[in-house]
Amino acid sequence: MARRVTARRIWVSTAAAWLFGFLIFLPILWMVLTSFKTELEAFSMPPKFLLFHWTTENYATVQERSDYLHHALNSILIAGGSTLIAMIIAIPAAWSMAFAPTKRTKDVLLWMLSTKMMPSVGVLVPIYLIFRDFGLLDTRAGLVMILCLGNLPIVIWMLFTYFKEIPKDILEAARMDGATIGRELVYVLTPMAVPGLASTLLLNFILAWNEAFWTLNLSTLEAAPLTTFIASYSSPEGLFWAKLSAASTLAIAPIIILGWFTQRQLVRGLTFGAVK
Amino acid sequence: MATQQTQVLGRALLTPAVALLFIWMIVPLAMTIYFSTLRYSLLDSETWGFVGLENFRYFLTDPAFLTALRNTLVLVGSVLAITILLGTPLALLLDQQVVGRSIVRLMVIAPFFVMPTVSALVWKNLLMHPVSGLFAWVATLVGATPIDWFNDAPLLAVIVIVAWQWLPFATLILLTALQSQDEEQKEAAEMDGASALSTFIYLTLPHLARPITVVILIETIFLLTVFAEIFVTTGGGPGLATTNIAFLIYSQALVQYDVGNASAGGLVAVVIANIVAFFLVRIVGRNLEA
Repeated sequence: MARRVTARRIWVSTAAAWLFGFLIFLPILWMVLTSFKTELEAFSMPPKFLLFHWTTENYATVQERSDYLHHALNSILIAGGSTLIAMIIAIPAAWSMAFAPTKRTKDVLLWMLSTKMMPSVGVLVPIYLIFRDFGLLDTRAGLVMILCLGNLPIVIWMLFTYFKEIPKDILEAARMDGATIGRELVYVLTPMAVPGLASTLLLNFILAWNEAFWTLNLSTLEAAPLTTFIASYSSPEGLFWAKLSAASTLAIAPIIILGWFTQRQLVRGLTFGAVK
Repeated sequence: MATQQTQVLGRALLTPAVALLFIWMIVPLAMTIYFSTLRYSLLDSETWGFVGLENFRYFLTDPAFLTALRNTLVLVGSVLAITILLGTPLALLLDQQVVGRSIVRLMVIAPFFVMPTVSALVWKNLLMHPVSGLFAWVATLVGATPIDWFNDAPLLAVIVIVAWQWLPFATLILLTALQSQDEEQKEAAEMDGASALSTFIYLTLPHLARPITVVILIETIFLLTVFAEIFVTTGGGPGLATTNIAFLIYSQALVQYDVGNASAGGLVAVVIANIVAFFLVRIVGRNLEA
């Protein structure tokens, strides 16, 4: 029997939830609205909420002024590249720990996680100098490498927690029927692992897309992804709020949408299944 | 059940990841330790030389270090307090029957996916601007004087921005935990005439203890190294008002080009993070019966 909930209580909860949800979402909503204003209206006091002259010219100017697409392409290549390489290294490792565990597996997993605890700022100096000496500063390849290594522990952990949940009985049955490891991999494991692989891929793409510490410190123009591009708007030379808003909206829209689709996996992925 | 063959295969598949992570861990760390014992400025290669622990003495006794350490602790502590104290009621609210719950949930978790440079700029310019920001307008509506956030309360401004970004994380994790709570237990308590408050204190709160620990530990790891929000909004200032450890090391390395001193600072940051990590690894490790 479900708990009886009075209609009044539902309306009170609903009103409160919508109020708080709206307040939390307000900065994003305000940014999107501002992106459709003229620079003059973006500044105007009292602020204009909906009754302003809607325009899409900011979106066009953002591209003209500083080549938004160049930075968006960098974001896609860097986030995508680092995620793909991380997956290629992590899938075999996670498979091996989940299906052929040894006594040391747990220690290896915890050690991998501990490399994530090393604060980036603690090794900024050597990485910067290595990058400088090898000509990797402001290159996509350099950022792909760094973000890949930074996210690798999380990728391995997520895949490990997904692989662990694949029932062993099915694998044993396949082995009894004489399936080789290759056939087992292709016909039994892969189909069951696809959802876990997909959500790991998405979540790590999101993390890499939003990563700001390394991109701010190791890229200036050529390889600069959107995080660095947006930061360039912080210089005081002329406050272009409407254009800043348009650029920001373009930078976060794809990732917010991806994030909404992966919210369930996000909880599991970021807490390594400790909260279900 | 693992055969000899799978054992060998397993080790072969694990090696690349272990090797890469090992290099990634050891090379920069060894270099940082080495640099931290040198007088090494990128601007002045003449005075290069071994100075032992001089850099650590200099870094740790620099008044900027104490300010940065205090700012770091205030920032981490405040954001943790805000996200948990607001996240818990918000999660409880979203666990109720709410019309359009999935839409509200999308609105609540959205800030987590906004890249730090964007949220910093949007808050600084569109909301907290002392003349034409949305907050200034609200202040004038109620007859108050608008606050010049980044001059009068710079650290508070940074805290508010970072807390906004992390509130969704706390809420989402607590909400997930609430949804796994045993409904029948709550019903039984209600039938026995327990008030909503005592149900919360005796049933819900103990159930939330573990996710709250997870939130604290994971947020701490990320909050100790908050960087982009400060870089974009205040540049650590005015003065040192918003300089945390991460930003202090950055400014020594890439603004003052003092590699030796920045490396010593980097190692201090590594030590602080490892103290936190020690507890995290223990708690996560307990859940991991491999």
